[in-house]
Amino acid sequence: MERNQLLEQVNAIFIDTLDDETIKISEATQASDIPEWDSLTHIQLVVAIEKHFSIRFNSKEIQSWKNVGEMIDCIQTK
Amino acid sequence: MNFQELKKNLKKDFSKLKQLKIALLGDSATQLLHQALKGIGFEYGWDLQIWEADFDQIERQIFDINSELYQNKPEIVIIFRSAHRLLDKYNKYPAENQKNLADNELSLIANINATIKEQLGCKIIYYNYTEIDDSVFGNYATKVESSYLFQLRKINYELMLFAQNNSSFYICDISALQNKVGRDTFFQSSIYINTEIVLSINILPLVVEKTIQLINVLYGKLKKCIILDLDNTVWGGIIGDDGLENIQIGNLGIGKAFTAFQYWVKKLKLRGIIITVCSKNTESIAKEPFEKHPDMVLKLDDIVVFKANWDNKVDNIKTIQSSLNIGFDSIVFIDDNPFERNIVRENISDITVPEMPEDPAEYLEYLYSLNLFETSSYSNEDIERTKLYQIEEQRNALRTTAVNEEEFLKNLQMHSLVESFNKFNIPRVAQLSQRSNQFNLRTIRYTDLEIEQLANNPNVHTFTFTLEDKYGDNGLICVIILREISKTTLFIDTWFMSCRVLKRGMEHFVLNTIVDYVKRNGFLILEGEYIPTAKNEMVKNHYLDLGFEKGENLWKLYVGNYQKKNNHINLKTNIYGKESTTRTS
Repeated sequence: MERNQLLEQVNAIFIDTLDDETIKISEATQASDIPEWDSLTHIQLVVAIEKHFSIRFNSKEIQSWKNVGEMIDCIQTK
Repeated sequence: MNFQELKKNLKKDFSKLKQLKIALLGDSATQLLHQALKGIGFEYGWDLQIWEADFDQIERQIFDINSELYQNKPEIVIIFRSAHRLLDKYNKYPAENQKNLADNELSLIANINATIKEQLGCKIIYYNYTEIDDSVFGNYATKVESSYLFQLRKINYELMLFAQNNSSFYICDISALQNKVGRDTFFQSSIYINTEIVLSINILPLVVEKTIQLINVLYGKLKKCIILDLDNTVWGGIIGDDGLENIQIGNLGIGKAFTAFQYWVKKLKLRGIIITVCSKNTESIAKEPFEKHPDMVLKLDDIVVFKANWDNKVDNIKTIQSSLNIGFDSIVFIDDNPFERNIVRENISDITVPEMPEDPAEYLEYLYSLNLFETSSYSNEDIERTKLYQIEEQRNALRTTAVNEEEFLKNLQMHSLVESFNKFNIPRVAQLSQRSNQFNLRTIRYTDLEIEQLANNPNVHTFTFTLEDKYGDNGLICVIILREISKTTLFIDTWFMSCRVLKRGMEHFVLNTIVDYVKRNGFLILEGEYIPTAKNEMVKNHYLDLGFEKGENLWKLYVGNYQKKNNHINLKTNIYGKESTTRTS
């Protein structure tokens, strides 16, 4: 899948999980850029992304991403 | 519903819902459990006011009597001690002590229970332990007392024994839930490692569903009756077309599914659920299998009301409901036909109508999964309930043939035993307090423990009434709790009555009895209050009808000029030959 397509789908997951229609993520977006994105909602994002793409992240990966771009890198390795 | 949907409920309007204060204490991270619980509460009409303890603070909160837990005064304390933390604990035990893990845990739990009981006197919901097999012994763990699996299962078993003896301690059986969905769904290692959350996000909705079912029945929201369709529900085939020999029940093929279903219904009957029938059939034909088929598990005397005719089911169900005098929300209608199900659903909003699977082989597993018949009590009353309702049907038959109402009541030869709360009647009093909705003036629910405390409170006067007649004994059917609010006045804190005994003059007998007591103990005024609920409209004019005068908020009766009310119930003295309502304290 193309990266921009991935980004679009991940964006939709962010909107649904964080329940905020206005969220517009880019590859550079970090947790600090989105008020609702904290350690608890991070877990919900992880589970929602896993479900959407039918993949599983390992426990190290969950903690490792510095921004959305790295998250997408990780999805692409699956 | 999934977790995301539950979470969206948090933004909805809770202002009209019933508030309930809950404390949630866990030894794992419980924030998501908290959100899910609040969200599922909304679905069932609760505004759960959840106070959540900080992570792993269970013992500090409970054993420090000045803690926030006690300042919060919850009505329910939910305790979630996870199997993972238990395993951590076990791992640190010296080998020779491992076999004591269960005993140590249970004494800690007993301590927790006793402390909460003393400080709050509230209900406790305790999650049992989901199984973790650490595979140190393999199958052989079942033979090794010191193995983790052995100890964990021992705790779960002993917890049930503990709950039996501690009426305000309830187990939420998440172990059974894990057995159903599997451990891989229940638990996600990568999330646990990063967050200390032991319940996976996918399992949270099921865990809170199981929890709210328990909470619902603690507050009287329970199912009391099943209405059964017959053809292709109770047996396979259509009795009117196929005939007695060709319907499917018994040990062969799909017949097995219907037989198993009937055994399940029979078990529900034995535990106090009222079984009724509503079928589009000619009555004599519909009854034939019950009377003649050797493989029928259900018999006619298991059925309280049998409606087989060609009228529409909505009307039949309304007739059944009004003859039993219970709310539609306590009725489950089971029918294989989607058309009938939809008509009933559309016309009777509160009734529960399971969306039965097409394949009868799936009936039972599907019904198990709904867990419709949660309860918070089980007594002899439940076992006898079908008989009681059948006798009531006989009385109704007499009522229609009697010359007049007076004649009918006189002929019943009614007696009532009046007692204050004692250890024999407390469980039944508590049960009625949870169950009774319609004839209930203030709908204050009391648990066994609270009833016991009321019995020992010198400023509270308690009364229970039984009613028996020539057809049988209805058992304990009415409860009065009076509180002294001044030297002259007793306040009717509680007056509820089983709807089984409506229109028998019981209200008059009860009022005569308590007025007599009030006078003998030197009080002058009885005060009553009606608090409306969605269900107790029936007693809106109760105090007016009984001759109380309307005050600002309360109803008052000056007992000095009270005229005894006419009725046909005789006072029965108890086996000790004394009137136990006389109390000097």
